[in-house]
Amino acid sequence: MLIQKLRLSASSLRRSVASGPSVVRTFTSSYNNAIAGLTAEQEEFRDAVIDFASKEVAPLAVEIDKNNKMPRELFNKMGEMGLLGVTVPEEHGGLGMGYLAQTIAMEELSRASASVGLSYGAHSNLVVNQLRRWANKDQMSRYMSDLCTGEKVGSLAMSEPNAGSDVVSMRTKAEKKGDRWILNGSKCWITNSPIASTFIIYAKTDTSGPPSKGITAFIVEKGWKGFEVGEPLDKFGMRGSPTAELFFDNVEIPEENVLGEVGKGAKVLMSGLDLERLVLSGGPLGIMQSALDLALEYTHERKQFGQKIGTFQLMQGKIADMYTKLSACRSYVYAVARACDQGKISRQDCAGAILYSSDRAVEVALDAQQCLGGNGYINDYPVGRLLRDSRLYTVGAGTQEIRRMLIGREFNAMFDEARGKATMQ
Amino acid sequence: MRPTLPSLIHILVPVKRSIDYAVKIRVASDQKGVDTSVKHSMNPFDEIAVEEAIKLRERSKELVESITAVSIGPAKSVDTIRTALAMGADTGIHITTPENVTVEPVSVAHALKAVVEKNKYDLIIMGKQAIDDDSGSTGGMLAGMLGWSQASFASKLEVESSGAVKVTREIDGGLEKLETKLPVIVTTDLRLNEPRFATLPNIMKAKKKKIESFKPEDLGLDFKPRMETISVSEPPVRQGGQKVESVDELISRMKSAGVV
Repeated sequence: MLIQKLRLSASSLRRSVASGPSVVRTFTSSYNNAIAGLTAEQEEFRDAVIDFASKEVAPLAVEIDKNNKMPRELFNKMGEMGLLGVTVPEEHGGLGMGYLAQTIAMEELSRASASVGLSYGAHSNLVVNQLRRWANKDQMSRYMSDLCTGEKVGSLAMSEPNAGSDVVSMRTKAEKKGDRWILNGSKCWITNSPIASTFIIYAKTDTSGPPSKGITAFIVEKGWKGFEVGEPLDKFGMRGSPTAELFFDNVEIPEENVLGEVGKGAKVLMSGLDLERLVLSGGPLGIMQSALDLALEYTHERKQFGQKIGTFQLMQGKIADMYTKLSACRSYVYAVARACDQGKISRQDCAGAILYSSDRAVEVALDAQQCLGGNGYINDYPVGRLLRDSRLYTVGAGTQEIRRMLIGREFNAMFDEARGKATMQ
Repeated sequence: MRPTLPSLIHILVPVKRSIDYAVKIRVASDQKGVDTSVKHSMNPFDEIAVEEAIKLRERSKELVESITAVSIGPAKSVDTIRTALAMGADTGIHITTPENVTVEPVSVAHALKAVVEKNKYDLIIMGKQAIDDDSGSTGGMLAGMLGWSQASFASKLEVESSGAVKVTREIDGGLEKLETKLPVIVTTDLRLNEPRFATLPNIMKAKKKKIESFKPEDLGLDFKPRMETISVSEPPVRQGGQKVESVDELISRMKSAGVV
């Protein structure tokens, strides 16, 4: 029955692309294993994630977008699957794998539902991987297990209404009183915050020096007195990945919840951002793959003037551009991920990976929409959602402008007399 | 007098590596088979068989001693065995064959018989057919060779500690209930269960589980085919119809086509 159902739905999709909408997607795709260059183990990992994503995530994508709500149990399911702690050592409940694996998980989940992918990335990289890198033994044992099983959801907060791109100008403040830190201020555009229990919060603990000094990272728990989370925001895309504001009114944080060193939060933040940019690049890759697969299927089903529209040169041109853009992005993203796995984390390339793939994802989603003609403008087809979701990555987790600035600044540094000889190779 | 089980049950689950059900099948250029350079996965009916074995153990832990997955096929069949191990089977057996050699159902049945004679099994749960060749004959042949009971196309399976086995089958117009006792071969229908997918931690654990490997000659087997494939071709393309203006025209056309 199940197989018949699956086969039926695969063939009914093929039949229905020209005549009407279908929410079912085939998971055969143009992904080229040889070009992606995965090891047998990575390929096995990817297959397992696809298996999970196609059964547990893809069927929900339309509903999640429509109702602006993601089922909370998805986190428990991702936890059971082993996806939430990809980079966490096995003894702490993770898989003990690297950033390329995490990027692949991000890609495949995003291909099924970009908003689930985004929430996954915020949880498993921004929070779980940051804790893995910076948490002490006590913090690891208190927080890691529940985050890896999905029992608890994580959320990381740095942006503020007046400190977005200029994040170190944040005004949220923590003052030491006895053995506690007293937190005051607010954060905005915080992914996962409405469903999260474990928060990483950056706050100023010393305002006397330059803006980048005196920031400290804290682990804050939901429900602490004075800590409020606002209503989920109504977003253009990535609907269902809940985003809200945070408010702190004299929230007491115990000393043992300082993450990393007091006053060294900027280092925690900036180094985390490099890896965040890399892993989140999987998001645009997944969106592009989804858009390309959809356009391929449609243009080889839909006929006009007595032939499949995919055989017209103008359509061939679009498909060729989409495929090439995706393949180039994937090669770059995977290459940066492999370097990170070898401990060679390059700021300009982490920024470059997400900069380039985010812009291409918007273009590829637009092309896919054009390939679907009038149907591309109808919300019964998923292509509009892909386009809306793709726009997130040009502003979320940092803007394209900041990414370009970072890359430029790294090269400026090469020529900075004060820093002596070029440090890059 | 009720027969009592001499010991806990050992389950054997044969699993076949077949072309993935989602792949669009294409005839190979030599017209002797289909293009096999595509994604493969475990035959879905075999996944149901593995799931049922694991479910039996989950339902009554004291009943099932071991679950062994066996596959006959080229080197890559190990992946299929690993999938079964990741789902929850304990050990694997791989009978190796050269690449691109078709092993016919009767050869598979002989191989499985050899495995059963080598180790001790009480229950074989296997797919009712493989989705590649759709033969659906291995289970029945194996039961005949071993002289065991068989319950085919099971939609429900219950095994009691007494060794009694109750199987429900979906037949035209209702459900048929059979009762037999171990040892028995059960072949799985689609509605028996919904197989779980292997989680990543279990996939990693499965790498440490043992897979024994045999060459056909180690077990005194000969996989030489008894049949020759003459040719394989695509189904004929459906010819488009024509529109007619009236019922009269339809009738006259049908008459001239000789169908009425």
